[in-house]
Amino acid sequence: MAEEKTRKHIISALVENKVGVLAHIAGMFSARGFNIDSLAVGETEDPELSRMTIVVPGDDATLEQVRKQLSKIINVVSVTDLAPGSYVERDLMMVKVSATPAQRSEISLITDIFRGRIIDVGMKDVIVEISGQESKLEAFVNLIKPYGVKEMSRTGRIAMVRGSAQGKGK
Amino acid sequence: MRTGGQILVDVLREEGTDVVFGLPGGAVIPLFDVLYDSALRVILVRHEQGAGHMADGYARASGKVGVCIATSGPGATNLVTAIATANMDSVPMVAITGQVKTHLIGNDAFQEADTTGITRPVTKHNYLVKDVNELGRIVKEAFYIARTGRPGPVLIDLPVDVTTSKTDAPVPQKVELPGYNPVYEGHPGQIKRAAKMINAAKKPVIYAGGGIISSNCADLLGELAVKCNIPVTTTLMALGAFPETHELSLGMLGMHGTVYANYAITDCDLLIAIGARFDDRITGKIEAFAPRAQIIHVDIDPASISKSIPVHVPVVGDAKLILQKLLPLVQAAERKEWVGQVREWKAKYPLHYDRSAQTVKPQYVVEQISEISGGNAIICTEVGQNQMWSAQWFKYRRPRQFISSGGLGTMGFGFPAAIGAQVACPDATVFDIAGDGSIQMNIQELSTAVKQKLPVKIAILNNGYLGMVRQWQELFFNKRYSSTHLADANPDFVKLADAFGARGILVTTKAEVRPALEQAMAIKDVPTIIDFRIDQEENVFPMVPVGEAINRMLGGMA
Repeated sequence: MAEEKTRKHIISALVENKVGVLAHIAGMFSARGFNIDSLAVGETEDPELSRMTIVVPGDDATLEQVRKQLSKIINVVSVTDLAPGSYVERDLMMVKVSATPAQRSEISLITDIFRGRIIDVGMKDVIVEISGQESKLEAFVNLIKPYGVKEMSRTGRIAMVRGSAQGKGK
Repeated sequence: MRTGGQILVDVLREEGTDVVFGLPGGAVIPLFDVLYDSALRVILVRHEQGAGHMADGYARASGKVGVCIATSGPGATNLVTAIATANMDSVPMVAITGQVKTHLIGNDAFQEADTTGITRPVTKHNYLVKDVNELGRIVKEAFYIARTGRPGPVLIDLPVDVTTSKTDAPVPQKVELPGYNPVYEGHPGQIKRAAKMINAAKKPVIYAGGGIISSNCADLLGELAVKCNIPVTTTLMALGAFPETHELSLGMLGMHGTVYANYAITDCDLLIAIGARFDDRITGKIEAFAPRAQIIHVDIDPASISKSIPVHVPVVGDAKLILQKLLPLVQAAERKEWVGQVREWKAKYPLHYDRSAQTVKPQYVVEQISEISGGNAIICTEVGQNQMWSAQWFKYRRPRQFISSGGLGTMGFGFPAAIGAQVACPDATVFDIAGDGSIQMNIQELSTAVKQKLPVKIAILNNGYLGMVRQWQELFFNKRYSSTHLADANPDFVKLADAFGARGILVTTKAEVRPALEQAMAIKDVPTIIDFRIDQEENVFPMVPVGEAINRMLGGMA
């Protein structure tokens, strides 16, 4: 095969909301040697279905296999490999940053520029909530690193196709 | 009101089951209590692995769904090898395991194992039943999933309190699975493209896999081959899908395939893969596999397409429906030059062994089994040299005649599978061609066969070694026979047969081979072991070393 570029693919899978489905999907990825950069799961408008958004690095052939192997799982209802540019994506992050009372206003300013919010203030730190694309979150983290990042928690990416276009189903 | 156990047994009957293979234990006592009064034939095994392989052999020989039952914990874990075997070879099977009471699940209860967790990677699908009202639907779905699309094993884990609970909830008659919609009809445009390529091809080869057997379309495969004069090579899983007595048959391809099959693959300009999955034992070195060919790939499993080798024309769907659509679109052709070339290779590089030897050659034994049964016996095998000699030297003529663990390569499979096949086909002659290593892996099932009066014939090709590993050690590890020598501690198989109430025959010379087989063929009510003391260091040739191109074979030249 011709050399193919590895890039990050966002796979959106609609799955039946049943016990063991997440374990099945995670198990399939590890058994077949596919990597997962991030995985987010949550309910959809239909309580019987959940949406999984999985970020998978790989070339087109690998992603083709990932898509097919996911589709093979009986509890997976549909699988879409989101085409670049066709979707919007968000990632929510909370960061606990060291902050003396004197530093709070600087951090607050940076947070405002990134359209984040300070959601908790302690004697020695603040917690910042920020959402957006991965590059934005990374830029923010780089800026506040000098203050000292004590803890960080991220949801992983979630994504949605723009307009009424449907991705390739199962 | 019915109990869960009664619902299960009723739905098994509705789904066409007439026999189950199993062994009871704490969590399935209420289920076996229901079976005690039911019309189902229950075959009591001596180890749960045997039950799994019997259900598998039954399914492969009959085309029906095989059913096995085991208790929770160790019963379920003992089934795992058999389930994984069926999964790799796409065999329709429903495995039912007992589970501890629902309120104890997760408590490390006595004989508890996370059966659905353990079997998830080796089943097509599995269920843990938590509510008796769902049981009927689940059993129906299990059969539907097992036998449709690319077939496979489905496991139902049944807590003992669900088995004893009562309900009058009706069982839905229709199966609705939003995430499961196998594609059967091939895309008409793709079929047209495939036909066009076949019509233009000068040197086409059909590479047929187990999908031909699952889809019951060996007749259509034959029509295509004969109409267009296309030579056919079959995988291990497809032996019998095309009669090996036919001029266009190339036998098996791959690591221990025929020279002419591998040459034809290497030289062909069009490879038509049907129901096969380009396994590594078939392709050898990927870059050198069918290097000059365009590839058409017909398969019901989209994930099998372009998995290891990129193909030019994929056609997803059921082989039977696709061949039906394809046949009217292809033109009859003589292809004299190509068929002549193949004929020349077949004459020049036949399979061979030393026919003048007076010792017992394993190839001779298999040939004699083929002859004495008129080529009609059902042949089950273990795994290793016995399996490859069985594949090479018996002339298979029809589907479901050769039963072997191809994907997983499970030693200990053949004998219980032969029991299952004999149950499915009571009037057939059924052989398990075994090695002295493999047969000891499920020998306890002799009790099962004796009890059921099944005249399975076990031909042990006894070379006193784990023969295939020894062969690799001879060829690639400087003859360092690490942990492969068995002869000094093998049992006396004739006495062993006797101890089980079976018959045993010892064969040490070539002259004794035929009379021993005749004797075994006449025994109709107990299993027979024939202990063939074969040449200890006989090798399986030809052989493609791992990672080599398939036309570079060891020991292939006459």
